[in-house]
Amino acid sequence: MTAAGRIPAERLSWYEATARQRLGALVDPGTFVEIIGPEERETSPHLGIFDLPAQFDDGMIVGRAAIGGRAILIAAQEGRFMGGAFGEVHGAKLTGLLRAARMSRRDVVVLFDTGGVRLQEANAGELAIAEIIRALVGARSVGAQVIGLIGGRAGCYGGGGVIAGCCSTLIASEHGRIGVSGPDVIETNMGVEEFDARDRALIWRTMGGKHRYLIGGADLFVDDRPAAFREATLAALGRGGSLGLDTLVAEQARLERRLARFSDETDAIEVWAALGIGNAEAIPELATREFLLAAAGHRESADEAR
Amino acid sequence: MSGWNAQNDARAERIAAAGRYAAGKVVAPDVLVDFLHCVIRPGDRVCIEGDNQKQADALAAALAAVDPARVRDLHMVQSGIILPEHLDVFDKGIARRLDYSFSGPQSGRIARLLAAGKIELGAIHTYLELLARYVIDLTPQVALIAAVSADRQGNLYTGPNTESTPTIVEATSFKGGLVVAQVAQVVERVPRVDIPGDQVHFLVETGKPFHVEPLFTRDPAAITETQVLIAMMVIKGLYMPYGVRRLNHGIGFNTAAIELLLPTYGGQLGLKGRICTHWALNPHPTLIPAIEAGWVEQIHCFGSEVGMEDYVAARPDVFFTGPDGSLRSNRTLCQTAGLYACDMFIGSTLQIDLQGHSSTVTPSRIAGFGGAPNMGSDPHGRRHASDAWLEAGAQADPATPAPMRRGRKLVVQIGETFGERNQPLFVERLEAVELAERLGLKLAPIMVYADDVTHVVTEEGIANLLLCRGADEREQALRGIAGYTGLGRQRDPKMVEGLRQRGIILRPEDLGIDPLDADRSLLAARSMKDLVLASGGLYRPPGRFRNW
Amino acid sequence: MERMAYRLTAPHPAGGTRRQAIVGVVASGNLEVLVERALPPDVCSVEVATSVRGFGPVWEAVVADFVARRAAGGLRIAINDSGARPDTVTLRLAQAVRLICAEEP
Repeated sequence: MTAAGRIPAERLSWYEATARQRLGALVDPGTFVEIIGPEERETSPHLGIFDLPAQFDDGMIVGRAAIGGRAILIAAQEGRFMGGAFGEVHGAKLTGLLRAARMSRRDVVVLFDTGGVRLQEANAGELAIAEIIRALVGARSVGAQVIGLIGGRAGCYGGGGVIAGCCSTLIASEHGRIGVSGPDVIETNMGVEEFDARDRALIWRTMGGKHRYLIGGADLFVDDRPAAFREATLAALGRGGSLGLDTLVAEQARLERRLARFSDETDAIEVWAALGIGNAEAIPELATREFLLAAAGHRESADEAR
Repeated sequence: MSGWNAQNDARAERIAAAGRYAAGKVVAPDVLVDFLHCVIRPGDRVCIEGDNQKQADALAAALAAVDPARVRDLHMVQSGIILPEHLDVFDKGIARRLDYSFSGPQSGRIARLLAAGKIELGAIHTYLELLARYVIDLTPQVALIAAVSADRQGNLYTGPNTESTPTIVEATSFKGGLVVAQVAQVVERVPRVDIPGDQVHFLVETGKPFHVEPLFTRDPAAITETQVLIAMMVIKGLYMPYGVRRLNHGIGFNTAAIELLLPTYGGQLGLKGRICTHWALNPHPTLIPAIEAGWVEQIHCFGSEVGMEDYVAARPDVFFTGPDGSLRSNRTLCQTAGLYACDMFIGSTLQIDLQGHSSTVTPSRIAGFGGAPNMGSDPHGRRHASDAWLEAGAQADPATPAPMRRGRKLVVQIGETFGERNQPLFVERLEAVELAERLGLKLAPIMVYADDVTHVVTEEGIANLLLCRGADEREQALRGIAGYTGLGRQRDPKMVEGLRQRGIILRPEDLGIDPLDADRSLLAARSMKDLVLASGGLYRPPGRFRNW
Repeated sequence: MERMAYRLTAPHPAGGTRRQAIVGVVASGNLEVLVERALPPDVCSVEVATSVRGFGPVWEAVVADFVARRAAGGLRIAINDSGARPDTVTLRLAQAVRLICAEEP
């Protein structure tokens, strides 16, 4: 059972949609079966201590579905509940889903929208991140794909960013952001000269979907529309491959090369220019089609390494 | 010698005294404070351009740095108390008395200073009222203004944010007063002459643009379903039946929602070309989709809006633009237009009492009036007729024979029944009344008076006060749209139902609107990015609104 | 947190056959509404958990109006609220009922 809003899927903005609306628009109609749904009321045992309201699904929806006729497991984070942050139940649901993926060798699609771990459930949340990564790697090691979709308000930060880094494919829109430390944390710790968290153009240049795509931190770049995410997900599901030691070695090498290649650059625009992209300053304003054309042949790719 | 030329003589003397700090008309920024010591005398009436958008920030900072032993007891006359320096001068004893209009960004601090007796308040005015007094009894002796650039003769280019400057300069310069303008650059030739050089006495080249507050930008992403519902009711229940073509929108999310619903919902109702064609309005980004869809014939602007300059310059058939291509705004003229040449004002407020008086004042925050009371009032001096005006007049006063019956401007107050921090919109007693008692004000700061308001709209419905006969009907009409607030729950259900039968209260269902249909998909743009795309990339929102 | 529970007689039973529906998100100024078809057709129950205290009479009035106006009989309604205004609550309740009454695919 889903609760897709009245907005027809073509007009829905992924960024603006709820987790349920995204999920409903992504999968084949009528195929989603929720596991540990809201009616089971598996809510956070911690939030009440802080006088915070719970959400029946604890901001994490998990279940089975089909995309393009292919059976998958799927998880979606609600970015507007507690900033999409991981808590005990929230994390456990994703851990369980990934373990099921390993047992059943089903591919997993994860709709990320998270600021990291909930402060109120810090220990449980951090443990959950670790368990999720282990389960994710376990699923990939038997050949299941784990595809991450990033394009929501909270982005994919903190522990979520680390989990995303373990996925087999990442799909991002321009609104999506991927990182570990958030802008405010960087500014607080390193000073405003290093990173001005009020400079939103800088935030998106540094952590946004376009930049990630250009430096191999995301594999597919899409419009802010469910149809675009769906098309990219179908492409990603077809890729196959499994995680082994050779993948890790290749990725390590890629990251070392990348660091060496761009270590002198101090801003994303310089990185893009170093990639050989002409008129790099215009990148943030380009529409999807023009952006993909500008990126083609220049962007860093992680394909051999994922 | 005195005789009849004392003011001009005094001005000449000040100009001479300041001569050693100026090369021609140009004063260097590093001697600015010394210069001000020469041109301003204790007790002067000084206007610092504190408009509600542009600020003469360099001059404000310098004024706040003068020696209070040399320059003190000033009487400040200014539209806007916006920058901290505008109040620093009172804290430091440089200024003593104040007449002004709008203090939004400083509403907390000015309330504290007034309560502590550090400011002798003349009055809080509307913009137009204060500008009018500049030529009668509040004429500035010194005006500190902001312009984009100047040439050496003092010709000023004020550009899109011309705002009130021509009025300030005219009032000051032609009555023995001294005009000092801060500019980013002194150039060979200004792009256009907004203020002729012989009205300007000194220039200060600051090297950077004057500060501008982005007041009129509202992110469509923040518009709620409730605001969409209210906007639908306004379009179908007010704009359509009255045929409102000429209007002014106050700032806020409610009006932004209306603007974004015109091409979509308004289009579904077949209203293009029949409503909202002529505007007294700042360049609201949320009006871009309607303009692009051909709804708008013409807009006159009070000021500009950060990020809209290129878009406006690309639409000279709609906006007022100069030979340089950019917007020419004029607050004085636009306020007058809103008063006399518009058939409707619609704006938000914080509190409404059971008579219909509304106010945005709370005891701890004094935001002043700005332009709303002018826009939101019925001008008895109007003589030309329009259908909307005549219809409203007929509803208010059916007994008087038509040839003797003036029309009424539609003055609409709009808002959700529970506002910010779940504060109810409807109250027994306005906090403005309490504030007046505390500060010893002669008048409670009412934004729109009950006898000017014609309609109040909430998510529960539209109350048509024109059709109410007597205080009881008014009260129940307001309670009848006050939702679940205390005052709403205490309504007389029978009376309210009777008012609904008579069409004095219109519920969404009465307009054929299902609240479940009021969703954000109706908005012609749902994000800042959508607005940028709608403008063909011409609109450049301020950085704080970016999420790409 | 404040918790309230109401059990009312519902004049009209909810249509459709879906067993449950959920709308909304527990974000500031918003709420989630979970609806389950779990009661006799002439009864409606509403349980509220809210982070904003002191609005009991308002909740009571909103719920009473909702049950009177919408076909809510047979529904067990559970709300997690984060300071939504009454009109948003009314809207979400109506959205939830519409969803549970919607035809199944």
